[in-house]
Amino acid sequence: MSVETPTEPAPPAAPQPARGPRISGPVAIGVDARRFFNLTRTLAVTEFKLRFFGSALGYLWQLMRPLLLFGVLYVVFTHVLKFNSDSAYYPVALLSGIVIFTFLSEATSTAVTSLVDREPLVRKVQFPRLVIPLSVVMTALMNLGLNTIVVVVFLLLNGGSVHWGWLEIPFLLALLALFAAGISTLLSALYVRYRDIRPVWEVLLQMMFYGTPIFYTIDVIGNKTIERLMLLNPLAAVIQQFRHAVIDPSHPSLHSAMGGNWALTAVPFVILIVLVVVAYRYFDKEAPLIAEDL
Amino acid sequence: MENVSKAFRVPTERVQTLKETALHPFRRKAFHEFVALRDVSFDVAHGEFLGIVGRNGSGKSTLLKCMAGIYRVDNGGIYVDGRLSAFIELGVGFNPDLPARDNVLINGTMLGLSPREASRRYDSILDFAELREFETLKIKNYSSGMLVRLAFSVMIHVDADILLVDEVLAVGDAAFQQKCFDEFYRLKDENRTVILVTHDMSAVERFCDRAVLLHKGDMVSTGEPRRIGMEYLELNFGRPEAAAAAASDELRSGIGGAEIVEAWFEDVTGARASMLELERDCRFAARVRFTRAVDHPVFAVTLENAAHDKVFSASTQWQHAETGRFEPGDEALFHVQFTNVLAPGRYDATPAVALRGGTASLDVREQFVDVVVSGTHASGALLELPYASAVERTDAQPAAAEPVVAAEPEVER
Repeated sequence: MSVETPTEPAPPAAPQPARGPRISGPVAIGVDARRFFNLTRTLAVTEFKLRFFGSALGYLWQLMRPLLLFGVLYVVFTHVLKFNSDSAYYPVALLSGIVIFTFLSEATSTAVTSLVDREPLVRKVQFPRLVIPLSVVMTALMNLGLNTIVVVVFLLLNGGSVHWGWLEIPFLLALLALFAAGISTLLSALYVRYRDIRPVWEVLLQMMFYGTPIFYTIDVIGNKTIERLMLLNPLAAVIQQFRHAVIDPSHPSLHSAMGGNWALTAVPFVILIVLVVVAYRYFDKEAPLIAEDL
Repeated sequence: MENVSKAFRVPTERVQTLKETALHPFRRKAFHEFVALRDVSFDVAHGEFLGIVGRNGSGKSTLLKCMAGIYRVDNGGIYVDGRLSAFIELGVGFNPDLPARDNVLINGTMLGLSPREASRRYDSILDFAELREFETLKIKNYSSGMLVRLAFSVMIHVDADILLVDEVLAVGDAAFQQKCFDEFYRLKDENRTVILVTHDMSAVERFCDRAVLLHKGDMVSTGEPRRIGMEYLELNFGRPEAAAAAASDELRSGIGGAEIVEAWFEDVTGARASMLELERDCRFAARVRFTRAVDHPVFAVTLENAAHDKVFSASTQWQHAETGRFEPGDEALFHVQFTNVLAPGRYDATPAVALRGGTASLDVREQFVDVVVSGTHASGALLELPYASAVERTDAQPAAAEPVVAAEPEVER
């Protein structure tokens, strides 16, 4: 292939000066952390705005979903089934579980299809691909923030009091967000290849809803081994600790629910870290091909 | 850019579910390679305005996407010195349910501005797009022209050293288009590097310093835009081999007695050519062999354009009826010299030989040869006659009486 360069006599043998870095193709994160954050934030805020202002009642609908679920479960378990939890503030515990689960469910099930849904962006602009699933998690996180305020207000109305344990809230929510981000990252990349990830994940979410102390408290299980197995799930661990630290110390902390075994207490965190690492690795490997495989 | 290749795996049978993967673990290797780019190499200097042209499917957009970093190249490498912005599509990330401001923010951020920069430039973006009065309207209620204006406006407000632009010139009404052209001139004056992918040869000629022609993934040639433009036209209008083969069972009529053996066009140098330049002398020639004795036969040729309009016809009947007597086995060379004023495009020539008087045809070969007329300043008319135009003031006012509106000098080539 002959190339004419009439304007400049560039000797092809000489090393070319200042030709700049090589274009690497699409990446998961990229070098510019600020741009990564800006993009994620812009996408997340836009999505949030759309939901907030998209309908007449806006945010109310976002709030209604967990509240309705709460109402149904509350009536069923306290009045119909006469479910007898000896824990304090059962309604608040129930609401907190629902709010936390709603966050995970909303973030992950939107994220699964996010890369495919955002196809026009992925195919037309160069940007770090991880922005897309993470922006979905961020939108859900904004919702969670508002919902947490509702939980806190509900707690105060039920006679709870402000105490030091509340300082754990940001930390717990961060862990939860990390968990949701890990799942979202992995699933969104998998979905590009395998479209049946979505129904599979829906079923898993259902199972997680019942297999996690959400509408019941961990002590109703009765069997210590099963309790501990359930708490290995990072979601369950976060909910348990949330109830202990935020709602009432009469809920056992994660540590004491694990029988005071620190090693066992660490397992959900290890699972969380492994998930995040695996998810990132897989996404990073797939990132250059996403635009082609959509 | 060095030896860039890009192949897509085109799956013949796409496996998209886990179940299928589990059932047929080996079947997913069923794909064939489609090579979209093959060893394309070129350099773009700082401040250069490069055009990339080619027919549909020639790999232009793939190349642009590789440069933009959307596709990963299989071989070779692309090296960039400077901040690069790619505009593959206008209005990426536009959301129909949001008003202009949010969309400018999204689009600007996607294209590499920080949100703060984007909102600082918002006013000037809106003014350039002439959309101030529709600021609060959700953009789903915009007309398509308004959308495009907004998108283009964001694009030119993103400052990058290197711009990759895909087919965006044909947007908006005439006034806005002029603004876009002005912007392109401004970019040129600012010595920014621009790579423009387009079908519009006149835009390439107008702005580009150099052009690259792609064809089926290969880089066919690179060089001066005007020359590339001609090659592009030839690729476009030149008959593909298959069509040429089909043309062998051509429409042929006549009572026999003479045979048009071959016909061709010659350019100004007298060499046979498949392409003629506008406003140059050229020649049509046909070789005729006689199989019976004929007195004063008539030779003629008709040129038809792609729309099958007869645009030119030449015959010996009127110019010199006495062509002489031809015995069986004799051969004649018939040629027509003319100045090429035909509009750019493809033409078919139909040569004919007839008996004296022109009523009985001995041999007519419909659309026997074709030729491409090159030139990129098509006026849209059938012919491009040479002309001179002038404008003179007739009001004879003193110069100070009214402000003189200076017309933009037309760029002539």
